[in-house]
Amino acid sequence: MKILIVYITLLLSGLFYAGIVSAKNIYVGKQRAYKTIKAGLQAAVRGDTVFVDKGIYQESGLEIDKSIYVKGNGYPVIDGQKKGTVITIHADGAVLDGFKIINSGNSEQTDYAGVLIVDSYNVIVKNNQLVDNQFSIYSQHSRNCRILDNVIHSNAQDEVLSGNGIHCWRSDSLLIIGNNISGQRDGIYFEFVTNSLVWRNISHNNLRYGIHFMFSHHDTYISNVFEKNGSGVAVMFTHHVQMYNNFFLDNWGGAAYGILLKEITDSYISGNHFSHNTTAIEMEGCNRTKFFKNSFIDNGYAMRVSASSMDNEVYENNFIKNTFDVATNGTLVLNKFYRNYWDKYDGYDLNRDGIGDIPYRPVSLYSTIVESNPSALMLFRSIIVSLLDKTEKLIPGITPENLKDDQPCIKPIKL
Amino acid sequence: MKKILKYVIADIIQNKIVIIYTLLLLTISFSVFSLESSAAKGMASLLNLVLLIVPLICIIFSTIYIYNSAEFIELLVSQPLKRKTLWLSLFGGLASSLSIAFLIGVGVPVLIYHADLTGLVLVLSGLFLTIVFVSIALWAAGMTRDKAKGIGWAIALWLFFALIFDAIVLFLLFQFQDYPLENAMVVMSFLNPIDLSRIQILLQMDISALMGYTGAVFQEFFGSLNGIVISFAGLILWIFIPLFFSLRRFAKKDL
Repeated sequence: MKILIVYITLLLSGLFYAGIVSAKNIYVGKQRAYKTIKAGLQAAVRGDTVFVDKGIYQESGLEIDKSIYVKGNGYPVIDGQKKGTVITIHADGAVLDGFKIINSGNSEQTDYAGVLIVDSYNVIVKNNQLVDNQFSIYSQHSRNCRILDNVIHSNAQDEVLSGNGIHCWRSDSLLIIGNNISGQRDGIYFEFVTNSLVWRNISHNNLRYGIHFMFSHHDTYISNVFEKNGSGVAVMFTHHVQMYNNFFLDNWGGAAYGILLKEITDSYISGNHFSHNTTAIEMEGCNRTKFFKNSFIDNGYAMRVSASSMDNEVYENNFIKNTFDVATNGTLVLNKFYRNYWDKYDGYDLNRDGIGDIPYRPVSLYSTIVESNPSALMLFRSIIVSLLDKTEKLIPGITPENLKDDQPCIKPIKL
Repeated sequence: MKKILKYVIADIIQNKIVIIYTLLLLTISFSVFSLESSAAKGMASLLNLVLLIVPLICIIFSTIYIYNSAEFIELLVSQPLKRKTLWLSLFGGLASSLSIAFLIGVGVPVLIYHADLTGLVLVLSGLFLTIVFVSIALWAAGMTRDKAKGIGWAIALWLFFALIFDAIVLFLLFQFQDYPLENAMVVMSFLNPIDLSRIQILLQMDISALMGYTGAVFQEFFGSLNGIVISFAGLILWIFIPLFFSLRRFAKKDL
């Protein structure tokens, strides 16, 4: 009773002297003054902290519309009961920390989310677990928001009815760090998101793409892992992308790519590790991009460079144990390859400077044949094909004359 | 028949070439698995062994064996024995001894390093190729009395199946580039036991994803249980058709 009086006094003083008195704490729980999170949120004013006890709260349509800190102790479960969006944050500087948010609504007309951030600055969503939501964290028209260390899982069945793990639309300067995303449609989805950092996330076993972005310029992706996604990673219509030290693993399937670069320009792709993908990098209309210090190991195709890509530079990469190193569909080559290590290189190095004396041609005759006549894959690994490849290596006739590495490295490059 | 079969097998094993063949296969298989970084890569290298060396040795060894035992065959024909029994015993002896050699030489290493469905299909395909090429050898040896010519025929046949057939396929692919050839390619693959085995093994190695639309068509046909049954039925036909022709020729042959 005493506590209650204190709370009411605090609340009243909060109401009357908002902005003058210092922030107060509000507790939500079965044994607390506020039984529901909704009531707790309504009672809070700007600058307050709302603590939520462990337990299951069957609430949906919660709104955080003032700058408060909402903290869950021991991961209280907020069960949206499949009714619309669970939590909407519409306040600058609000923080949502330590909840388990489950069962948002699922609809074909509306995008329902576990956590929806709308028109806000400096919002932080961290240490939450999001399970079985259509969209898990959805940011629109927001800036400077931080999405940190969330664990996101859903069991998306088909691409139409499911949503994305972290979905950002028309946002700017986001920090997306340390999240683990699985079982959604796309792990991370950006559309018109600029100047953002995506760092140390793991996006795996998603239905479609590990990360998917469009029109999202000047973003940086560092040390993320994209593993076993239905179609790998696809990024489009963007310039000034920087991708460093990411892992693209086990994206294997007829239409899966380690990374599909469509209309990507003026970008840097460096230090990434591509392993066991059908196609590690597929480039379509990708221009003025630098690929360096990447490892391509055990892929079907390491790089497929369409003739529409130009002025790219590929240097100091390791190409090891790929079925095809480079494939292209044209004869005019406007991209530069130099100082890479190719495990199939069988030239020599007389002056022992570590650079092979004869150029390496990464495009094999067979891969050229297959590009123009896919049925020829019936002859994959047959003797005639290896014979033809050997002949073509000696006297290039059909493969693009200019697609060659004039300074192939003799030893793998240390990365 | 049992007696002749026993004698043929004993004779072949005494021959030592089969033992050398077994040891060769064993050495190659073990070194391939220990040299390559992963067992899957080892399997890919073994594929070449199974598709190239196994047919070559089977066809040449069998042809030479038939020619070398010409006197033995003449002797037995003078006995109250059916020619069919004699010829089938020769076939059985050659096929079983070379199959045992293959099973020890490749089957055991695969069992140790890569005992799964892919390994099973590889060993099974190799086994079928062994028997198919023994059968083709018997047919080639029956064509002419001249030993040199006969061995020439055997090598030419091996060359045809290993190399020339694929070259023809490649030529046809480019001649008829404008037509959808995926289904035709499935049919074409049945015309060559080596291609049939190769595609079977490759599909098991999950390489179809690399192969685009053609791969999808192949996967749909060969990947289904029916496809596997049909393609092994194709390999069985490849055993029996040359055997049937050689048997007919031998039955009427003037020794």
